[in-house]
Amino acid sequence: MFRFIVRRLLQVIPTLFGLSILLFIWLHRLPGGPETAILGERGTPEMRAAIRRNLGLDEPILVQYGRFMKRLIQFDLGTSTSTKREVTTEFLQRFPGTVELTVMAMLIAIGLGIPLGYLAARRRGTIVDHASVAGSLIGICIPVFFLAYVLKAVFAENLGWLPSAGRQDPTIGATRITNFFVLDGLMTREWDAAADALIHLILPGLALASIPLAVIVRITRASVLEVLGEDFVRTAEAKGLTESVVRRRHVLRNAMLPVATSIGLLTGQLLSGAVLTETVFAFSGIGAFLADAISQRDYPVLQGFILIIALVYVLVNLVVDVSYTLIDPRVRVR
Amino acid sequence: MRAARPKAALAAVAVAALAVAGCAESDRGDSSGSTKDTLIFGVAGDPKVLDPGLASDGESLRVARQVFETLVRPEEGGTKVTPGLAESWTPDAAGTTWTFKLRSGVKFHDGTDFNAEAVCANFNRWYNAKGLMQSPDVTAYWQDVMGGFAANENKELPPSLFKSCTAKDATTVDLSFTRVSSKIPAALMLPSFSIHSPKALEQYQASNITGSADDIKYPSYAMEHPTGTGPFKFKSWDVANKTLTLERNEDYYGNKAKLKTLIFKTISDENARKQALRSGDIQGYDLVGPADVEPLKKDGFNVLTRPAFNILYLAINQKGNPKLADVRVRQAIAHALNRQALVDSKLPPGAKVAENFMPDTVEGWNGDVTKYDYNPEKAKQLLAAAGASNLTLRFHYPTEVTRPYMPNPKDIFELLSADLKAVGINVQAIPLKWSPDYLNATTSGTKHDLHFLGWTGDYGDAYNFIGTFFDRPKDEWGFTNKALFDQFKDADTTADAAARTEKYKALNKAVMDFLPGVPVSHSPPAIVFGKDVTGVKASPLTDERFATAEFKS
Repeated sequence: MFRFIVRRLLQVIPTLFGLSILLFIWLHRLPGGPETAILGERGTPEMRAAIRRNLGLDEPILVQYGRFMKRLIQFDLGTSTSTKREVTTEFLQRFPGTVELTVMAMLIAIGLGIPLGYLAARRRGTIVDHASVAGSLIGICIPVFFLAYVLKAVFAENLGWLPSAGRQDPTIGATRITNFFVLDGLMTREWDAAADALIHLILPGLALASIPLAVIVRITRASVLEVLGEDFVRTAEAKGLTESVVRRRHVLRNAMLPVATSIGLLTGQLLSGAVLTETVFAFSGIGAFLADAISQRDYPVLQGFILIIALVYVLVNLVVDVSYTLIDPRVRVR
Repeated sequence: MRAARPKAALAAVAVAALAVAGCAESDRGDSSGSTKDTLIFGVAGDPKVLDPGLASDGESLRVARQVFETLVRPEEGGTKVTPGLAESWTPDAAGTTWTFKLRSGVKFHDGTDFNAEAVCANFNRWYNAKGLMQSPDVTAYWQDVMGGFAANENKELPPSLFKSCTAKDATTVDLSFTRVSSKIPAALMLPSFSIHSPKALEQYQASNITGSADDIKYPSYAMEHPTGTGPFKFKSWDVANKTLTLERNEDYYGNKAKLKTLIFKTISDENARKQALRSGDIQGYDLVGPADVEPLKKDGFNVLTRPAFNILYLAINQKGNPKLADVRVRQAIAHALNRQALVDSKLPPGAKVAENFMPDTVEGWNGDVTKYDYNPEKAKQLLAAAGASNLTLRFHYPTEVTRPYMPNPKDIFELLSADLKAVGINVQAIPLKWSPDYLNATTSGTKHDLHFLGWTGDYGDAYNFIGTFFDRPKDEWGFTNKALFDQFKDADTTADAAARTEKYKALNKAVMDFLPGVPVSHSPPAIVFGKDVTGVKASPLTDERFATAEFKS
């Protein structure tokens, strides 16, 4: 297992190297550069040229790539051209928000999705099944930003139960350590800060969970239905095992492999940032920041963030692969 | 055996949580107290830097206006020059040296004294900028007003307008300039000319912009230690929570801020700002959508309308389609546009049709210029006379953007292009993303025929509007008109204020005769506060002072 993990991690290096070249070429082929976004209406062609010179963008692309790689080897991702802060600092300020939001959304999606999908399969053809299937279809179809506005209109504007924007009430004056606000609150025993951060996660978490929830319900349902029809389930039932043991040990466990794969993929996707949810909830994560970076042609942020996100994606998938062995001991990693 | 697993896992989590809870210290002070002395204001973007000398974006300047002060400042709710850190100012006979009499008893937030030496330390810092600090994005406003530096490193930079600063005594300072300029003293009200504590500038190495090429490193002063004399002091910038917190300056020399804490919270989405206000998460926000003004007013929110201090114009590129070099074609375009209909249907309440390329609140505005009323028939005749009856024009418009002068570009484009089509001009629509595509396409090259763009004034001076557009050849307009350029130079260097105003009036007339484009409208942007917030006066320069904000009891 250890050798497997090390080998997989080593495989990441050429992947990231290739990605860095592709990214570099792609970004620098986009029309326009950061100088236009920086200057706005004020820009004249001469001013834009001066900024390009200052940013080294008038040099040959190979020289620029060489400089980028030289810094990358020293774990220096450069400085954002739009926020003027180091890319690594920006990432560490914003990625925890994305992780917290992802965890919240996936907890909701998994916590509701697997039982619902299982129930729908067990009660196939009943009202529960139809409701789950129809509900998950709506979940996939409904635009996230629309759901977000509706959730906010109901729970924030009308009922006033939950906050509508941000990660934490700024008047709390919470202490920051890791920028994982819930964790920071627990670590510093600022319970109100932790609770407030958690409350701020509910609405964006719900909005973001809608699609993963729908996917998990459908995959769980299909997978459980398939397993229920297998011979070994009939055998287990025939040899007199109780229903709950059959369900837990034989049906659910065997049905979980495709579900785990999809959870891995969905989590990886959410970790790369949820642009709409973050924008609508003014939630400080990497999604909206990356979207801004594209329109501002903030090359250092785009290069740095996308490379780190790729690394995170690989790591999440590695965790999923390892989890297969826990779910089904017959799967062996080599 | 198996059943024990969940319990074991729970126990492990509990132990881990306890362990984590014991491993760090809270460093916050007492956060109790009434929140009625804390105002959270929603803004559309994060500030970029906290040193306004290095900033040009509105959000950085908004923060700077609360923390810093300038020698002169705009009157509250207007654009007239009024005392700031200087109580009075007079030019010498030549108009090139201005003597400022400073306030006494003013202290910076770090406890050091504000005096003439401090003023000179600041001007000398900007004037002697070196290396990356001479980049147009770093010292945008200095270059806009003063041109260049003591030693220009970029040959294209003009010589500096600023010449020297002399501290005559603790409260008297002379600023000398290389020539007369209409920008002085009005431009000194820009937040970029805020006076910083010389001690803090040195302590946090404010001018030390290092790094190279695509890895510019800003000094900690610009990100963490802004030190001014204003009614609020900088407290913290929580990037992870998109909030910036200021606290009351208890040692302020004037009327102290009524709020104890002022928090700027970034909510980029306009609808999200509105929902946050309605749900009580924030107590005010800027950049209110035109469609939200009336509903918010109806619900009792305190909507303030700023006097319009901007211009939306239709630019005509004479190097685009060759027919556009014929003034009759440009006149035809002006007559084809129903600007009043646009103002009535698409712009916020209080907007009006523009007659000059600057608002009527600025000295030099001229009501006696050639006007181009909506007259499609006349437009058709002019086109026929110019042999341009079957004209096809590439009309660029921006997407994914709203500006104070242009709340809804696509709607504006649709109305204007329908007007042009009605007089027989074929319009080829070219929508482009605002940044960088649109700005690049319309301000360089020759592939654009028509586009619209605008400007919000920085300070109350005609040159800041019409000079910015027409004082030299620009790719945006594609013309060279030496007589007009010389006229601008002459007006800018006229020392006598009354004579200068007359020259700007003449310039406005000359511009409207030459008709490089069509001034379309002035739109008043709105800002909103909660139902129980009072005391803020809307400013045409977005110079709202939060020190006077308070909650109604």
